[in-house]
Amino acid sequence: MEILTYPNQQLKQNCEPVEQFDESLRQFVSELEAFMRSQPGGIGIAAPQVGQMQRICIVDLTGMTRGKKKKPVPNQGRLILINPEITEWEGFELGREGCMSVPDYTGNVIRATQIAFSATDEWGERHEYESEGFEARAIQHEVDHLEGLLFLDRLVSRRTDLFQRKQR
Amino acid sequence: MKEEEVTMGSARKQWYMVSLVGKDQSGIVARVTEVLYQAGGVLGESSMMRLGCNFSIMMMVEIAGGGEQLRQSIAPVTTELGLHLHVDAIEPGLHQHQVPELRVVVHGADRPGIVAQVTGVLAEAGFDIMDLDSQVGGSSLEPIYILLIEGVANSGVETIHQALEPLSASVEFRVEEIDTLIG
Ligand SMILES: [Zn+2]
Repeated sequence: MEILTYPNQQLKQNCEPVEQFDESLRQFVSELEAFMRSQPGGIGIAAPQVGQMQRICIVDLTGMTRGKKKKPVPNQGRLILINPEITEWEGFELGREGCMSVPDYTGNVIRATQIAFSATDEWGERHEYESEGFEARAIQHEVDHLEGLLFLDRLVSRRTDLFQRKQR
Repeated sequence: MKEEEVTMGSARKQWYMVSLVGKDQSGIVARVTEVLYQAGGVLGESSMMRLGCNFSIMMMVEIAGGGEQLRQSIAPVTTELGLHLHVDAIEPGLHQHQVPELRVVVHGADRPGIVAQVTGVLAEAGFDIMDLDSQVGGSSLEPIYILLIEGVANSGVETIHQALEPLSASVEFRVEEIDTLIG
């Protein structure tokens, strides 16, 4: 597997929903997960980032820490999200994002603080989830990829002063 | 040196920092970048700021022909717009952005020395400033000073916070981590 990088136009295209929950899907998911974990950061990836135009993404913030004190980031572990649909957005927060598909650039993006979403796992079972904070940001970033959106499409000015206006 | 190397040398492109300062008016960036483009210049990174009522811009420009030729090709436009022009040869250093880890926000009643004190403390605490933006707000009778700094530090939030503590009698400050999601 290889990361496609912008301006590759595949990153700007809509992905197809997954319809067959078979062995070849599980094989792809496990390869995608292994590939994600081999990348620096390695907390999230979307199938179109490796040129597979399907609604599949993976997020796992287990082991991620913030700051010099290595505080863990609240998360619910490994999330295999197939045909994900975000259904609720609450609050907004400005945060800095980068992307494996956009090397050497980071910028400020506004995301919902809390989300509710549903997704199917690699065995074909649908689940309902809620998430907040950094994990919710990661999910929104990855789901965007499935719709041909990059964080570049949501950039706001570096002088925006929303930083402390976290809604609870 | 062989002759073709000499020829290649004179045609070789070089990076320059072009700085312009003057009274703000509409259309400056469009006029200047057009003349740079016509002269065969390639823009790298740039930053334009309006400070008070003043226009300022710094642009990385890659061009063949040398700094003096670059200056002469922009000078007619900058003279017409009343802008001071400054050209320096530079190393490009593109594609090696650092990601800021800490943000320091300082504000308070405006008084001389705020920036010197804050940045002095930060430098001593090993904080490397990557981005600094300061503005004077409030009214002309009661001006307030707002300073936004981003950068990297070997020490964490607490160390930077403690270092700034002695200034807390005269300014409000906040130090926070910048978490960057790479997804
Ligand atoms: Zn991404």
